[in-house]
Amino acid sequence: MQDSLLIKLAVVILFLPLIGFIVTVFFGKSVKKVYVFENLVLIASFILASILLYGKLNYYIDTDLFSEFEWINLGEVPLLGLISIKLGLMLDNVAAIMIWTVMLISLVVHIFSIDYMKGDIRYNHYFAYLGLFTFSMSGIVLTHNILMMYIFWELVGLSSYLLIGFWFEKKSASDAAKKAFIVNRIGDIGMFIGILLLFITYQTFSFDSIFIQLADGKLPFNSEFWLTATGLLIFCGAIGKSAQFPLHVWLPDAMEGPTPVSALIHAATMVAAGVYLVVRVFGMLTGDALLIIAVFGALSALIPATIALTQNDIKKVLAYSTVSQLGYMIMALGVGAYTFAFFHLITHAFFKACLFLGSGSVIHNMHHEQDITRMGGLRKKMPLTYAAFLISSLAISGVPLTSGFLSKDGILAGTYAFASLTGHWLFPLVGFFVAMLTAFYMFRLIILTFHGEPYDKEKYEHAHESKFAMAMPLVVLSILSIFFWYTPNPIDPGEGWVLSKWIKTPEIFTPVETRYDFMKPDENAAVDHSSAVVYSSSYTEAMHNAHYPAMFLSLIVAGLGILLAFLFYQWKRIDPDKLANKFKPLYNLSYNKWYFDEIYDATFVAGTLMLSKFLGWFDLKVIDGIVDGSAAVTKGFSKFSGMFDNIVVDGLVNFIAILSGFVGLIFRKMQTGKVQTYIVMVIFGLVILLFLFKSF
Amino acid sequence: MIQVGLNHFLVLSAVLFSLGIFGIVTRKNAVMVLMGIELILNAANINFIAFAKYGNFGYQGQLIALFVIVLAAAEAAIALAIVLNIYKTFSTVNVDEIDTLKE
Repeated sequence: MQDSLLIKLAVVILFLPLIGFIVTVFFGKSVKKVYVFENLVLIASFILASILLYGKLNYYIDTDLFSEFEWINLGEVPLLGLISIKLGLMLDNVAAIMIWTVMLISLVVHIFSIDYMKGDIRYNHYFAYLGLFTFSMSGIVLTHNILMMYIFWELVGLSSYLLIGFWFEKKSASDAAKKAFIVNRIGDIGMFIGILLLFITYQTFSFDSIFIQLADGKLPFNSEFWLTATGLLIFCGAIGKSAQFPLHVWLPDAMEGPTPVSALIHAATMVAAGVYLVVRVFGMLTGDALLIIAVFGALSALIPATIALTQNDIKKVLAYSTVSQLGYMIMALGVGAYTFAFFHLITHAFFKACLFLGSGSVIHNMHHEQDITRMGGLRKKMPLTYAAFLISSLAISGVPLTSGFLSKDGILAGTYAFASLTGHWLFPLVGFFVAMLTAFYMFRLIILTFHGEPYDKEKYEHAHESKFAMAMPLVVLSILSIFFWYTPNPIDPGEGWVLSKWIKTPEIFTPVETRYDFMKPDENAAVDHSSAVVYSSSYTEAMHNAHYPAMFLSLIVAGLGILLAFLFYQWKRIDPDKLANKFKPLYNLSYNKWYFDEIYDATFVAGTLMLSKFLGWFDLKVIDGIVDGSAAVTKGFSKFSGMFDNIVVDGLVNFIAILSGFVGLIFRKMQTGKVQTYIVMVIFGLVILLFLFKSF
Repeated sequence: MIQVGLNHFLVLSAVLFSLGIFGIVTRKNAVMVLMGIELILNAANINFIAFAKYGNFGYQGQLIALFVIVLAAAEAAIALAIVLNIYKTFSTVNVDEIDTLKE
């Protein structure tokens, strides 16, 4: 197989969903069945992506494939030198696996939506937007430069806006769409500045040449601080897109969109982008940057997990669990457990998509009931959905034999190893605690939804298992949540092909002294600054040592969480309401989502409003005042000048005229025309002259 | 016995001159005005003669006086002709009414 063929395949995969989008959106109104085309396009993309993945992993497992072309050539630019902006694709293992995942999730979401969205007035447009979403995400995944990634990044923002606000007739939906867009924009500002910093420093957008130059010791503004800052600025984008603390508020609101869209957003196309971005730029993140990223990840793992405990909306619980799981991934990246972070991204994509589609199936069949306290007993009515939901819940809780166990355990071991190497024990603590919370709230969800007695008999009677189009995706995704796809050994992910062959520990290009200690090359090994994998042997050892303690601990906490959920909700040994009353403040804090929305409303939103109001006032009064004032001054001045003209200048002229007239009037009298008078005057004149000149 | 000298002549001529001016200015009849002019000319003649007698100019003064008398005759002829023409034009010789010059 030719490498150019794989790249061509990637191009086709990238543009197929766009074609689907264009056709579907333009014929959406006139051709009723056009959604079939969009689905066929997705099937084709998925098949091609499978071929791509196969080809990449079989023939080019150790080589990264590139293809680029010059987009804009600015020539010689002052201060920056030769500037030529190139666009292109990069196909490494990470991208190949990711694109396959994206296509698979997108495909199952498409298929699921055929039934779920039936009867919607903008049925075709819905599929068109899904196509656009898929296209945008593929762009992020396949690109080899950060500029193109940013472009697709914004496209993802746009498509999420369109889909979250798909039912824009509802005020809450359009609000949520706006919120998602605006909150994302806040992160994107940071990312944009980061990209500009990179460009100023390296005169290129491509990851590869940035890394090469970085390895040569070229730093932004020649300072390690700025390298850290650039990394963190780019991470800002990930904070927004991956809904990390403190910008996680948009994600739960995004539940206003159709449920399959939530599945798509949460699993593959949007929140994954942030993690993917960090994965891409991992090589240029300094130790300081990674530590801060890890802190953000830990906070994002912890806070939403505590919120999810008390939420009653089935989708909100899942939304917070997504934020929490993404926090895990970010934390894992922060502590250097790169491979497990990416692994978790993939496994999470499958089981979270499954959970969302499962909840979609429940909501659909319960006639748009989303409150889990009003469900119950659905196990008997919807056995397939229940099974899929259960498997994915086990996976997200980290129960053995599932994919989630493998990746989550890896992350926990990563934090554990990190802590043992650097002494930051809070990370594993948070990790294990959140693992317990996750197990608890997921099983709370399952028990309230599927177990026990039905709350609403009538709705319960009408509930039934979903049809094929909605059931099939659940089956596919839940099967993908089982361990054997990833490793033959259900307790050790390291033995699996995913981690041992497909995803490699990344190369790190930052200056040696800025890295974590364990990322520095071993002292006895040949020091080569510009070269590859540089996790020291101490890390490998720590990771090895951490494996079993982390596994047992994670098993214990997951078991504990599940047990607690059963005690609370299944066997009702402990009354959750009583406990809630006992710890009222804590309960309220969690139930009200830590008051994030209220805090943001009170600070940023109100602040912005006040600023706008002030600016409006300023515009109206001061700016307009200045303009009006200057107009008034001009007017006054003109009036004065007019008056001056009229009175002084004209007056002077008139005065002279009047004076001459007056003088004329006097002297006219003398011109009598009588010769005798003239003679008298001549004589008088003579006499006067005589007197005047008599002395001469 | 008062010695008649130059001053007496000069005073006489000045009186005559003044009378002439007075006649010109006050008389309304054009003919009377002309008579005033004759008086002035004669006052000048007296001056010429007096200066000729008391100065050392020879006979030049007398000669000029003769010229002036001739001139006066000519002037009177022309002036009377003008007066006649004025009378023809304005049907009056009153100089007060002949003031078209001012227009």
